[in-house]
Amino acid sequence: MNWTPADPMVSLKDVHKSFGELKVLNGVSLDVMKGDVICIIGPSGSGKSTLIRCVNALNDIQKGSILVEGQEVNDPNLDKLELRKKVGMVFQQYNLFPHKTALQNVMMAPVRVLKQDKAKAEETARALIRKVRLEGKENAYPGELSGGQQQRVAIARSLAMQPDVILFDEVTAALDPETVGEVLQTIKDLAEDGMTCILVTHEMAFAREVADHIYFTDRGVIVEHGPPETFFKNAQDPRTKEFLSQIL
Amino acid sequence: MEFVFDWFRTLYQETGINLPFLYDEYDRNRMIGGFLTTIWLSLVCLFFSVIIGVIGAWLQGSSFKWTRRIVNGYIQLFRNTPPLVQLYFFYFAIGTLLPRVENDWGGQSPILGSFAWAAISLSFFAGAFNVEIFRSGIEAVPKSTVEAAEALGFSKLQIYRDITLPLAFRVVLPALNNNLVNLVKTTTLAYAIAVPEMLYEANQIWSDNVNVTEMMIFLLLAYFALVGVLVSGMNRWERAMKIPGYG
Amino acid sequence: MTYRTDLPVMLPVKRPEAEPFLGLKLWHMLPIALIAIIGPSLAFAQSSADGQTPFGILLNWAPLLLKGFIFNLVISVSAMALGTVGGAILGLGQISLFAPTRHGSWFVTQFFRNAPWLVLLFFAMFLLPFEINVFGLKIPFPDWFKAILGLSLPVMANVSEIVRGAVRSLPSGQWEAAESLAYTRLQTLWLIILPQCVKRMLPPWMNLYSILTMATVLASIVGVNEVMTLTGQALASEGGRPDLLAPFYGFVLLLFFVYCYPIAKFTVWLEKKYAVIT
Repeated sequence: MNWTPADPMVSLKDVHKSFGELKVLNGVSLDVMKGDVICIIGPSGSGKSTLIRCVNALNDIQKGSILVEGQEVNDPNLDKLELRKKVGMVFQQYNLFPHKTALQNVMMAPVRVLKQDKAKAEETARALIRKVRLEGKENAYPGELSGGQQQRVAIARSLAMQPDVILFDEVTAALDPETVGEVLQTIKDLAEDGMTCILVTHEMAFAREVADHIYFTDRGVIVEHGPPETFFKNAQDPRTKEFLSQIL
Repeated sequence: MEFVFDWFRTLYQETGINLPFLYDEYDRNRMIGGFLTTIWLSLVCLFFSVIIGVIGAWLQGSSFKWTRRIVNGYIQLFRNTPPLVQLYFFYFAIGTLLPRVENDWGGQSPILGSFAWAAISLSFFAGAFNVEIFRSGIEAVPKSTVEAAEALGFSKLQIYRDITLPLAFRVVLPALNNNLVNLVKTTTLAYAIAVPEMLYEANQIWSDNVNVTEMMIFLLLAYFALVGVLVSGMNRWERAMKIPGYG
Repeated sequence: MTYRTDLPVMLPVKRPEAEPFLGLKLWHMLPIALIAIIGPSLAFAQSSADGQTPFGILLNWAPLLLKGFIFNLVISVSAMALGTVGGAILGLGQISLFAPTRHGSWFVTQFFRNAPWLVLLFFAMFLLPFEINVFGLKIPFPDWFKAILGLSLPVMANVSEIVRGAVRSLPSGQWEAAESLAYTRLQTLWLIILPQCVKRMLPPWMNLYSILTMATVLASIVGVNEVMTLTGQALASEGGRPDLLAPFYGFVLLLFFVYCYPIAKFTVWLEKKYAVIT
């Protein structure tokens, strides 16, 4: 199957996933077009993080299909490297490599995985660190940076691979309140540049502001979805209403 | 230098404190040779025991039950039996099974000498500890950090080489250094199969000069200094390897 | 959510010993048995002139070797007892408030910890007199007694470090709480600190005992009649047959393994048990 930019960049069809007895995803389908920013919200344990971890094959699925630019992820012969060049990921706990400086963290994958020239990779990395507004912190180790700064390095690190879509897994959940804003601003900049983003988040105001589409998940299924304005104003399902009333 | 040598010769003549390796060239060369052999044996064993440790730790993560069992059997066997008996087993029992080769004088000599057997035996002994040390280090690397590397497209081997091993190495450095210090002390066992290391050469000297007391005290001080220098060097290294920002 | 996220900081390091340990199963004996007995026996499949197999000869000598091994255990227990008493005193000296005692104890500890066991054994063997005179009473110092003394020196130094480490590992709040209740330093140490330390000291102390037991064979180098010496004599009296070497040395390995492995297993069990509490 040939994929064209007119097709969905990421397409999930009837995805089922369970950890042993525990069913986490129960038939999830959604499409993400190029340049879309979608937010997945929902109560804890509803399968949001698992959903996006499946997209870059950190978790495998039992049934269904996940297509990333036409490449099937649910395939035992999956070329993971090809997939991960296309899909970047930012984690809740940043997961920077503690023994490498900020600059090294950003350059490492392009040099090691994409076999880029070192000088060129460094140039790109410095530009990305500027982009996430961390100029001057190039030689700091992760342990010397605040949570918000580490998270922005992590975003730069995933951008260095020039992915077509980036997954954000509750990236502000572990941050001190005062550093949340700077990370959200960075993501907003990305969204404005036209990067395709899939976010799992608890920041409702942020979701409302940047998202093109909101998905609400509960107990492994998508309960309701829609553009932010209609979603937040006219939620239909009682579960969505209850969730929103608790959060807002 | 001659002045120092003379001084110790006089010391012997005047007080009876006999340190022949400080005025007699033959004995001095023996002592220096012994010292160098100890260092060389330690380095060789260090090298091979670390390799055994890395490979063993890697094999312990194998998905084959029998691979893990064999590695575990090796660890328990070498950790719970006396290194001296291991050395004898290697040198006498296995050494005699190997074919002999003709030496320069037309006679028959074993294919591996006592130094080689000491190196093999002590490497396996120290390696058994290293496997467990490395494994605990690898287990200390958070799964999420490995996942981050995976998400960046690193291959398994790249993750092991660029992320897991460097991080694990920093964690295990104190334990590894401790093992190295033990290794240096354990090289004295090679005395038992006549490897000319420090203890053996000291023994030769006190047999020739009947000065056990002086040699014994010198030997204790020499090992104290050698291990002391090693320990302080290691501590410095551990401090230098600390990742900034983490305890 | 459903998966565990770990901090990017390193996880707490487990002590190498505190790892899941496989039970003593048949296969543990398998490699030893293979190496020690079957392999070489096969290599020398033809039995010797008098028709006895290497294994049969080993059986003849086994009771004597076992006696020698028990002597090793006697040496190990005695040296451990001596070393523990000495080490406890030295260890308490290391946490003394009186600086000269502290520094002196530290130096003695480091000195005997850094010296190789074999060198200390030589030290005791050659430098101790074979008898001492106390008020005209001659107390002989046989070789085995010197070996015990020589082996107890490194044990002492290691116990001293174990004591110091255990006391240091207690939170300083314990000292402060006791002080605020007007305990004297000795009372604090005896009633508050040491009872809590015993649990922490037990696993490394047992580990040390295991190391000491394995070090008792060093006494063979200085001529004490323990299992290794007897093995050598047995081999010599059989005419130095090369096919006997592997079974005999393998047997000695087996003896130590059977004794030390359960100790190691128990130590790990203790460590795990106490790790939960502290």
